Amino acid sequence: MFVSIKNRASFRAGRSTRSRNGRDKPMVQFTLPKNSKIRTGKTWPKPAGRNVRKFQIYRWTPDDGENPRVDTYFVDMDTCGPMILDALIKIKNTIDPTLTFRRSCREGICGSCAMNIDGINTLACTCGFDEVKGDVKIYPLPHMPVIKDLIPDLTHFYAQHASIMPWLETKTNPPAKEWRQSIDDRKKLDGLYECVMCASCSTACPSYWWNSEKYLGPAALLHAYRWIIDSRDEATPERLDELEDPFKLYRCHTIMNCTKTCPKGLNPAKAIAEIKKMMIERVV
Amino acid sequence: MRYLTDRKRAVGKGAAHMGTENHWYMSVSAVALAFMMPIWVYLFGHALGQSHDAVVATFARPFPAILTGLVLFVSMRHFAKGATMMIEDYLHGFIRRVLIILTYSLSYVITATGMYALARIAL
Repeated sequence: MFVSIKNRASFRAGRSTRSRNGRDKPMVQFTLPKNSKIRTGKTWPKPAGRNVRKFQIYRWTPDDGENPRVDTYFVDMDTCGPMILDALIKIKNTIDPTLTFRRSCREGICGSCAMNIDGINTLACTCGFDEVKGDVKIYPLPHMPVIKDLIPDLTHFYAQHASIMPWLETKTNPPAKEWRQSIDDRKKLDGLYECVMCASCSTACPSYWWNSEKYLGPAALLHAYRWIIDSRDEATPERLDELEDPFKLYRCHTIMNCTKTCPKGLNPAKAIAEIKKMMIERVV
Repeated sequence: MRYLTDRKRAVGKGAAHMGTENHWYMSVSAVALAFMMPIWVYLFGHALGQSHDAVVATFARPFPAILTGLVLFVSMRHFAKGATMMIEDYLHGFIRRVLIILTYSLSYVITATGMYALARIAL
């Protein structure tokens, strides 16, 4: 089913400079448009119990034409698992079945449940309550179009990932058995292949907020480096050629939000710096 | 409304195949300025508040004159490229292009004016 997307979770950032009809706007916007202003929503009944925590969760649906709101829920933590995702599932199962969010593996492998928790982009399934002090505030990933509630539209993000050719490119005839790789060369992929494409890093990057239509963002660039550095890949020149662009690559200003927020503990900023280093080695 | 595929939007007009030289220049000029600026600021601070003749005599000497010329040229090139980067970050379309032209023009005017003044003093 096609869902119209008209809202943005740009509560901390500005808005994209590209309007819905695809034309450039002259300047970044630092305030939300009227139909994206967040208002106070419903407060659900507080259950009895000694270990009750308050959850403030961003809600928006394209069906009612209303502005986004923040609903307040109370969860008895003695009857709930230790992770934020456990609480979201409990809210959905026992309090409000209309709450919408993505989740799948619940162990930090699929990257589905990425959202902004307590001001940090992270995975709800690997973020424990003990990591959040006070009320638990949950929003969708910042500066992305919202499909519904905590679900951002990642279409463009995935298309950018596809554009870096995330697969092994070879020109030599395939070997009879397999492409061989030394142990040292294999080690170079550590810290890169683990990326689960949750989009936490890209949506934490101000450069990506302002120029996401051209800048590839930390996640796509980390994957690009993963294939550039792969000893079996034979398309390194083409890959570097495709990245050599003032926006695709050089819009990274080493802000390091990506590295700080990555729920898998990876370092996209270092991967980008390595690509820049390789670019310079081709010239100087 | 344009019926473009997601991939077409992501690829856009493709890579410009430039940017590395700009990145390299900014890195090199930043290192150069890190060395030159403290010495130049010391020279400038030393001359500040002195009589006109003393200031002219200071900047007529080879080392301060050459250093001032280098600082002026390198810092203005660094400024123009850095400011362009900021403009590209936050502004788009026609305004972006106009401001980039103005920034470059300003840097060239300051460089030329400074060089002229320096030549008048040193030569």
